[in-house]
Amino acid sequence: MIPTIKNSKWLPLCDVPVLDPSSWRQVIVQNVREGDRIAALFGCTHNASVPVRLYALLARDGQGTLSVLCTDVEKDYPSLTPECPQAHWFEREIFEQWNIIPQGHQWLKPIRFHAPYASSTKTSPPIGEADFFQLLGNEIHEVAVGPVHAGVIEPGHFRFQCHGEDVYHLEISLGYQHRAIEHSLIGGPNKRTLPYMETLAGDTTVGHTTAYCQLVESLAGCTVSSPLLRLRAIALECERLANHIGDLGALAGDVGFLPTASFCGRIRGDFLNLTAELCGSRLGRGFIRPGGVAFELDTSAFHGICERLTSVSHDARSAIDLLWNTASVVARFENTGTLSQAAARDLGLVGLAARASGVKIDVRKDFPCGAYADEPFPVQWGEKGDVYSRAYLRWLEILQSIHFIIDKQERFVPNAVQTQIGNLQPSSLAVSLVEGWRGEICHVGLTDDQGKFAHYKIIDPSFHNWFGLAMAMRNQLISDFPLCNKSFNLSYCGHDL
Amino acid sequence: MIKSLWTRLKQHHRTIAFPKQEPRLPEKFRGLPSIVQSRCPKHCSECVTSCPTDAITMKDKQPHWDLGRCLFCPECSRACPHGAVLFTDDYRMATRTRDNLVIGPKEYGLAQPLEDQRRKLFGKSFKLRVVSAGGCNGCEVETNVLETIVFDIGRFGIGVVASPRHADGLIITGPVTHNMKSALEKTYRAVPDPKVVIAVGACAISGGPYIDSPVANNGVGNLLSVDLYIPGCPPHPLTILDGLLRLLGRRYSTSRR
Repeated sequence: MIPTIKNSKWLPLCDVPVLDPSSWRQVIVQNVREGDRIAALFGCTHNASVPVRLYALLARDGQGTLSVLCTDVEKDYPSLTPECPQAHWFEREIFEQWNIIPQGHQWLKPIRFHAPYASSTKTSPPIGEADFFQLLGNEIHEVAVGPVHAGVIEPGHFRFQCHGEDVYHLEISLGYQHRAIEHSLIGGPNKRTLPYMETLAGDTTVGHTTAYCQLVESLAGCTVSSPLLRLRAIALECERLANHIGDLGALAGDVGFLPTASFCGRIRGDFLNLTAELCGSRLGRGFIRPGGVAFELDTSAFHGICERLTSVSHDARSAIDLLWNTASVVARFENTGTLSQAAARDLGLVGLAARASGVKIDVRKDFPCGAYADEPFPVQWGEKGDVYSRAYLRWLEILQSIHFIIDKQERFVPNAVQTQIGNLQPSSLAVSLVEGWRGEICHVGLTDDQGKFAHYKIIDPSFHNWFGLAMAMRNQLISDFPLCNKSFNLSYCGHDL
Repeated sequence: MIKSLWTRLKQHHRTIAFPKQEPRLPEKFRGLPSIVQSRCPKHCSECVTSCPTDAITMKDKQPHWDLGRCLFCPECSRACPHGAVLFTDDYRMATRTRDNLVIGPKEYGLAQPLEDQRRKLFGKSFKLRVVSAGGCNGCEVETNVLETIVFDIGRFGIGVVASPRHADGLIITGPVTHNMKSALEKTYRAVPDPKVVIAVGACAISGGPYIDSPVANNGVGNLLSVDLYIPGCPPHPLTILDGLLRLLGRRYSTSRR
C-alpha cells in the first residue's frame, strides 16, 4: 500500500515504502498512465547505509493527494522516461547529481553542469559543452544563442536546428545561474534559509517563500491564523498580477505593438508598488515568514491598497483591450507556438502553460491550502495552447486575482500576530505546493533525527516547462522564438537553483 | 487607430519628475539603515547575530554596517530589543568604492562623478550592456524597469544596448557563478576601452545571500575593477538611477530636500 499525503502535511520517513527498483518503476508508470503527475522525483543520501535513495511524489490532481514511494539504487536502475516522458528532465537531474544511470534514457546530458554530489573525484563538464542534438543535411544550419542575451535577461544557451527560417528542433541548455542552493539548505533551517528561499527565483519570491513556510509550519505543527493566511494569498496574487501584466506588455513588444508594451511596463510597476505597500519591497522580500508574515497591515492601509488596485485595473483593462482589438496583434498570436494538450500532459507541464493547452490543473483548486482552502477556486483554462491562449489566459487570471484581493476587503481583520514556530518533526518528509504565477511550486523537505534538513528539494514550475517551450518551437519560424519564449516566460535561476 | 489614440490619452503622462522632484516611496520602504545611538546599549549584539549575511559587525562597541552585504531584510530591526535599528526612506546609497559602503562613524560617501576623460565621453550618452551572472533575476527586474515610461532613462542619454561592442560599460548582477565566469570575462573584453563597470545588488558586490558558495564567486570585485557599487537586494530602481546620475556628474546634492 503506497501512502498518500496532502499538501503541506508530513509523514514519518519510516512510513514511506522502500520498493525494489523494478516495482517502484512499475508503480510510477502505472499511476502516471492513470492520470497522476510526477510532482517530484529525486535522489538523496540521508541514510548512511544506502548509496542513493530515489523518492517519487505522484500528484493525483482530482483528489488532492500525493503518493510517496522510494527505492534504493547503487549504480543504475531501469529508466522511466521511455514509458513516461515527464520523467525525462528529472532523470537527467538524478544522473547529474548522483551519477546514477537510468538505463534506457536516451538523452543523458547534464542540465546544470556541476560536479556530482556523491563522488569527489568526478568534475563537472565545462558549461555549455555537451553532445547537442544535431540535424544533418546540406541545407540545414544551426543557430546558437547565449548565454549572454541581447536584453536584460538571465543567461541560458539555445541551439536551433533550422532549415531556412523553419526550426526543426530547439535544444535548451541551462545551468549558468547554478548557485547550489539545495546543497546549502542541508542542515537548516538557519538564518540563511529564508534569503535562499526569497532568491530561488526573484520574481517568485512570495511563491517560493510561502511554499517553504507551509512546509516548516507543517513539520513544526504550527497553525497560522486565517487573517495572516489571507495576507499571504494577497501577496501571492499581487505577484501574479505584476508578472502577468508585465508579460502581456512584453508580448505586445515582441510583435512590435508599442502602445500596450509601454502602458503595461508602467502598470506592472504599479502592481509591484502595491506589494511594496505590504512589506516595503517591490518583490515581496522580507514579508512571508514561518508562522505568519513579518509586517502588519491595518484596515485603512488595506483599503488604500484596494482603491489603488481598482484604479490600476481600469488602466490595465484599457491597455489590454487595445491588444485584443488590434487584428495585427491577434494574427501574430494565433497559431504561433502551439503545444497540444496531449504533449502538455505527456511532458508533465504545470501552471499557466498547461492550462493554456487545456490541462485543467491548478494547485489553488486541486491542492488548496491557506486562504485558498476557504472557498472553491474556479480554475480557468485555454483551448489551443498557442501564444494567444497563453496571453489571453494571463488576462483572465489578472481579472481573477484582482477580484480575489478586493473580495478580501469585507472579511479583513487587522493586527494579526505572527506565531513562533518550534522545532521540526525529526525523521520525516513534508511536501508543500503553491500555485505561483508560473505554476506549481513544489518543495519537499526531509528531516534527520535532530529535526534538521537532511535534504531539501525544490521544483520550480520552470523545471517542468522548459521542455514544453522546446516542443512549442518545432516547425515555427525562428523569428517567432522571442514571442514563444515570452509566452512561457520561464525562470532560469528557478531551474538552475 | 482612433482607439489607440483614445487609450493613449486615457493612460496619461506617467514619467516621474525625478530628479527635479523627490519621489514618494512606500511607507515601509527600507532604505539606508541607521542606528539610533541613544537607544543602542552598545553591549548587546542581537542585530549582529540576526543578520543572515553577517553584514553587521561590532567595532569599538559600535555596530558597523556593510551595505555591500546587506539584504535589506527586516531581521535586524525586528531582532533589536531596543528599537535602535531603523531603515530610513533614503534611497540614495550608490558609492564609488567598496569601503564607502560601510556605515560607521564616518559620513556615508555617496558616489562622486567619473574622472574628466570618461565623464566627457559618457556624460551625455551612456550605453550599457547588462550581464546577469548568477543571482535571482531580482536586480534584472529592477534594472529593466528603468527603461519603462515611469523612469525613462533615455531622457538622461542612458540606454541598454544589445551588444557589448556597442556599450560604454557593463552592469553586472549576480555573484558570478562559476558557470558564468568565462562568459562575463569574454563580454568584458568585448567592451571597447575606456569602459565602466557597475555592480548592482548585494550578490554582485559581495556574493549576497550566496557569500562563500562553493559554486560562485563572492561578487565581481575580485575579478574586475568596479566603478560604481549599487547596494540592495534588489536595489530600488531609484537607487540605481540615482547612482548612474551621480556617476555621470548629473546629480550632486547630499541632502534630500
